[in-house]
Amino acid sequence: MVTLIDYGVGNIFAFQNVYKRLNIATKIAKKWQDLVNAEKLILPGVGSFDYAMSQLNASGMRDILDELVIKEKVPVIGICVGMQMMGNRSDEGKLQGLKWIDADILKFDEILIKHRTKLPHMGWNDVTPVVENSLFTGLEKDAIFYFLHSYYFKCNNPSHIIAISDYGISFSSAVNYKNIYGIQFHPEKSHQYGEKLLYNFAKL
Amino acid sequence: MLRPRIIPSLLLHHKGLVKTINFKFPKYVGDPINAVRIFNEKEVDELAFFDIDATVQNIEPDYVLIEKLANQSRMPLCYGGGVKSVEQAHRIFGLGIEKIALSSALIQNPKLITQIANRVGSQSVIVVLDVKKKLLGGYEIYTHNGKKATGINPFKFSKELEQLGAGEIIVNSIDQDGVMKGYDFNLIDKISEKISIPMTVLGGAGSIADIEKVINRYGVIGVSAGSLFVFKGPYKAVLINYPTQTEKNKFLKINNSENTE
Repeated sequence: MVTLIDYGVGNIFAFQNVYKRLNIATKIAKKWQDLVNAEKLILPGVGSFDYAMSQLNASGMRDILDELVIKEKVPVIGICVGMQMMGNRSDEGKLQGLKWIDADILKFDEILIKHRTKLPHMGWNDVTPVVENSLFTGLEKDAIFYFLHSYYFKCNNPSHIIAISDYGISFSSAVNYKNIYGIQFHPEKSHQYGEKLLYNFAKL
Repeated sequence: MLRPRIIPSLLLHHKGLVKTINFKFPKYVGDPINAVRIFNEKEVDELAFFDIDATVQNIEPDYVLIEKLANQSRMPLCYGGGVKSVEQAHRIFGLGIEKIALSSALIQNPKLITQIANRVGSQSVIVVLDVKKKLLGGYEIYTHNGKKATGINPFKFSKELEQLGAGEIIVNSIDQDGVMKGYDFNLIDKISEKISIPMTVLGGAGSIADIEKVINRYGVIGVSAGSLFVFKGPYKAVLINYPTQTEKNKFLKINNSENTE
């Protein structure tokens, strides 16, 4: 059972549909009571960092999430802004992050991006695993994923990086620390590749 | 490497899909939900839907239909048509749309871009400019399915929209729409000089070669087409089609096989 955290930010239904096709049960959590006994957590996110953080803070689910993730070590994956929220802070806003992984969210440096189009980083890009991780099991070398963001996740501890992508610089597009996972791209909108990754997460 | 995006652009009219020529003569081409299913199978980069009724009839976006499209889609979706407020935009994002396209509402109130971007982030706010050549040279923005001239110069306006927080600009050529004779490079050149946010061009593709020409010239860009992906053959039989990953890699010159020289 995969629990989708619905705090009014991000596309819950798209995840639900992927798992329906995979025959994996899901549950939507809108309040803290829905999170009790969760086995796997997905923290989606779109939009601006502060808006997403303030929505999560206001949802009443923040405390139990800290408890589940930090104390009970329930596997959790943050997606796009959901990943960024797991860090300490963001160039995009003023609010503090969840601080589950030691990372800062920085804006891409436009000067380093060589083509005419600068930001956002929008479209399909390569994701190259740098270590063996069950999240990428069965994903061939040519796996590409859909990105839509202007800020990136800068790990303060490089050993947390599990995959990298290039956009002006090489940045961490997937991270893992203990039971905590984060991916910058959108697996729910990345066809067979994303489906495989979400399957892998459900089977962790 | 970031790929250029190849994007089918689909028009919603009376709950069905249509394709126009120069924004006129809508021809029914099928059911939108079914089209999403087929494009899923074809692993399309992105899909764009434009409701061509909402603004001209001054009605709300069809939230029920949008939700169905979003739920079916395994690729990023852009929706445009009749969006005039932050509340509407927020509601549509909640249905699972990645990008919202604004057009006529911005002519009245360009700051709407900033308001929506503050809520959802710039990356998800798209502007569609329907552009037509002027009789004596130059270009002008039109709204209401090409019926209303605005007197606004698309090049200056693009720059302004970028500064106001637009995440992408879709440039749609009314003159090239449905004609299938290639994109208007003069128009694309002039817009691309003005902005550094992503740009998608629409209007005129008659073959994959037309798309290749755009990519060869501009590199990382969105290339969108309507007729090309819904019609086949000289008599325009309705048949949804899209290049395969292998075909795309070939003309993007991406070689994933390590063994090949």
